[in-house]
Amino acid sequence: MAKSAFRVPPLSQYTEVPAIMPGAMAQSAPFVSKAEFQEPLGFPGELVDDWQARAIAKMGELLGKYRSLRVYLDACVKCGACTDKCHYFLGTSDPRNMPVGRQDLLRKVYRRYFTWSGRLFPRLVGAEDLTREMLDDWYSYFHQCSQCRRCSVFCPLGIDTAEISMAAREILDSIGLGQKYCNEIIGKVYKVGNNLGLPGPALRHTLEGLEEDVYDDTGVRVRYPIDQEGAEILLVTPSADFFAEPHVDGLIGYGKVLHESGISWTLSSHASEAANFGMFIGSYDNMRQIALRIREAAIQLKVKRIVFGECGHAWRVAYSFLNTLAGPWDFLDPRYPVPQHICEFTYDLIQQGRLTFDKSLNDDKVLTYHDSCNVARASRMGDMPGGQFEIPRAIIRATCNHFHEMDEDTIRDRTFCCGGGGGLLTDDLIELRVKGAKPRMDALNNVMQEKGVTHMVAICAICKSQFTKVLPYYGMEMEQILSLHQLVSNAIVLTPGPDDEADEDDDDDQPDDDPDQE
Amino acid sequence: MANTIEVDGKQFTVDEEGYLADLNDWVPGVATVMAGQDNLELTSEHWDIINFLREYYAEYQIAPAVRVLTKAVGKQLGKDKGNSKYLYSLFPYGPAKQACRFAGLPKPTGCV
Repeated sequence: MAKSAFRVPPLSQYTEVPAIMPGAMAQSAPFVSKAEFQEPLGFPGELVDDWQARAIAKMGELLGKYRSLRVYLDACVKCGACTDKCHYFLGTSDPRNMPVGRQDLLRKVYRRYFTWSGRLFPRLVGAEDLTREMLDDWYSYFHQCSQCRRCSVFCPLGIDTAEISMAAREILDSIGLGQKYCNEIIGKVYKVGNNLGLPGPALRHTLEGLEEDVYDDTGVRVRYPIDQEGAEILLVTPSADFFAEPHVDGLIGYGKVLHESGISWTLSSHASEAANFGMFIGSYDNMRQIALRIREAAIQLKVKRIVFGECGHAWRVAYSFLNTLAGPWDFLDPRYPVPQHICEFTYDLIQQGRLTFDKSLNDDKVLTYHDSCNVARASRMGDMPGGQFEIPRAIIRATCNHFHEMDEDTIRDRTFCCGGGGGLLTDDLIELRVKGAKPRMDALNNVMQEKGVTHMVAICAICKSQFTKVLPYYGMEMEQILSLHQLVSNAIVLTPGPDDEADEDDDDDQPDDDPDQE
Repeated sequence: MANTIEVDGKQFTVDEEGYLADLNDWVPGVATVMAGQDNLELTSEHWDIINFLREYYAEYQIAPAVRVLTKAVGKQLGKDKGNSKYLYSLFPYGPAKQACRFAGLPKPTGCV
C-alpha cells in the first residue's frame, strides 16, 4: 500500500470547495533541470546572471508573437467563475491554484513592464516587479498546472490558463530555469527516438515478445511490425505502450484491430513516440523538432496513412498542429484524415461491421470512462461535433455489456484532469498528483458505490500511469485502470491466417507476407 | 552538491532521486544499502529480479518493459509469479522504478 508523508484528502460524495489555505503548496516544486538536459533543447544550462532583463524581454517577445497571450493577460475581470474549477485547487486548497491566482502571477509582472498604468502606478493596478521571489513562485505554481483547460470552459472571457502556463514555462526555460522531468525526456527523444529511451533492438525484442504472447493466447499470428518499408499505415504511439501496464494491453489491442482490418502497418523506431513534451514547456521549436520525426519516418517508410495510439496530449498536437508543424502531408492518401486516431480507425471498422466481438469476455468488469483532458477539450474525433466523446464510448459499448457514466460535471468537456498531465507526471510532484486526483477519485468512488463499477478506462498514457500510481492512495487497486483497446483486445474475435492452422512447427521468425490487401 | 551513499566504507554518487550516477560503479552492496533506505530487506527473490535487470540492461541499454520482465520471471520461477502483482509484492514502489534503482540502472522516464 502506498505510504505518504502528506495527508491524502478523504473521499467525499461531491467534491467540496475547500476553505482557502494560502501557501499550502508553496513548497511544491519539481527538480530543476541540469545543464546536460537544458542544452540539447537550446536553453541556457543554468540560471543566467541577467535573468530578470532576459525574462522580461522574453515575455515581450511572446506577447508580440502570441496575440492570445496579451488578450488573456488583459481580459480577466476577476469574476471568480474559475476559482473552484481547478482540480489542484480543489485538492490542495492553495488559492494560487485557483486559475485566476495562477494567471495573476504572470499578470502582475506583465502589468508592471508592459502597461502604462503599471509602469506609472504599480500599486494601484496590482503590478509587481519581477523579483527572485516572484520567479520562484512562477517555478512552483506554473508546475502545478496540468494545462488541462477545464477552467477555460467556465471562463466567460475564454481565458486559457494552459497557454499562460506554457508561456511562463517558456520564459523560465529561456533563462535557464527548466524542469528536469520534461527536458530530460525531450533530450531522449532527440537522442534515442522516444521518451523512455528505448533503442531499436529493445523495441524489436519487446514486440517479438508480444507476437508470441498473442499467438499463445489466441492461436492466431498477429504481427507487431516495426520499420517495415512500404506498409500502408504508420502507427505512432506513446513509448509507454511498449513499456508499462496497462498501456501495453492497449498496444496489443491496436495490433489485433489492424490485423482484422487486413491493412498493412508498421511502427517506426525513429518516430517511436507519440508524446510531444515540447507542448508542455511551451516551446514551439522543440515541439516542431519532435513532430518532424514523424514526418521523416513517414517519408522513409513510404507509408500512406498515419494513425496515433492512445495518448492525450499527443492527439492534441497531432490533431491541432501536425499540419503546420510538420506538413504538408500531400504525399499521404488524401482519402483519410491526417492524422487519424486509433479510436477513429477502430470505430470505422465497427461501423462497417468488419469486427466481431464476444462482449461476454469483458463481463467480469463494470466500466466507466475517464475523458482525458487534451482529447476532450483540445481536439476532436470523427466527422461530428463531440466525436471525441462519443467514439470512445461507442467502442466501449461495442465491446462490453456493463458501462456507467460518472457524474456529468466530471466528464466530457467538463472532465477533470487525472492530476498528472502537462509534464507533472513525476515522483517529485507526488503530493500534488495525489491531491489533484481527488475530484476524479470522488467521482469514480461514487459510481463504484452506486453502480458497482470495477474499472475505469482511459485513452491517455499519462492518465493510465497517474491512476496506476494514485489509486492505491485512495484505497483502490492499481489494476482498476485499463486501456480502451485492452477491452477491444479482450473481446475481439480474430480471424486465423492461412498459416495458423493446426501445424505444430513454429516457423517463427519467417516474416510471412501479409495475405490481405485493403 | 552531489548526494552520496556509503557502501562498505566507500562513497557512491547518486542523483537527487537516489539513482546511482554511474552504472559502472555498481556493486551488490549498493542494492542492499538502497533497499535499507526503503526499509526493505533483500531476499533471493529480489536478487533474481535485480540480476535480470542488469543482464537485460547490458544487452539492450534500457530496463526491460514490464511485460518482458514478468514473462521472464514466469518462465524462470513459475507462471504464478509471472505478473506485476508478484513484482509489486517484492518492490512496493514499482518494479520499474524501485528495482531499477537498486540495480544501478537509470530511472525509466516518460509517461510511466
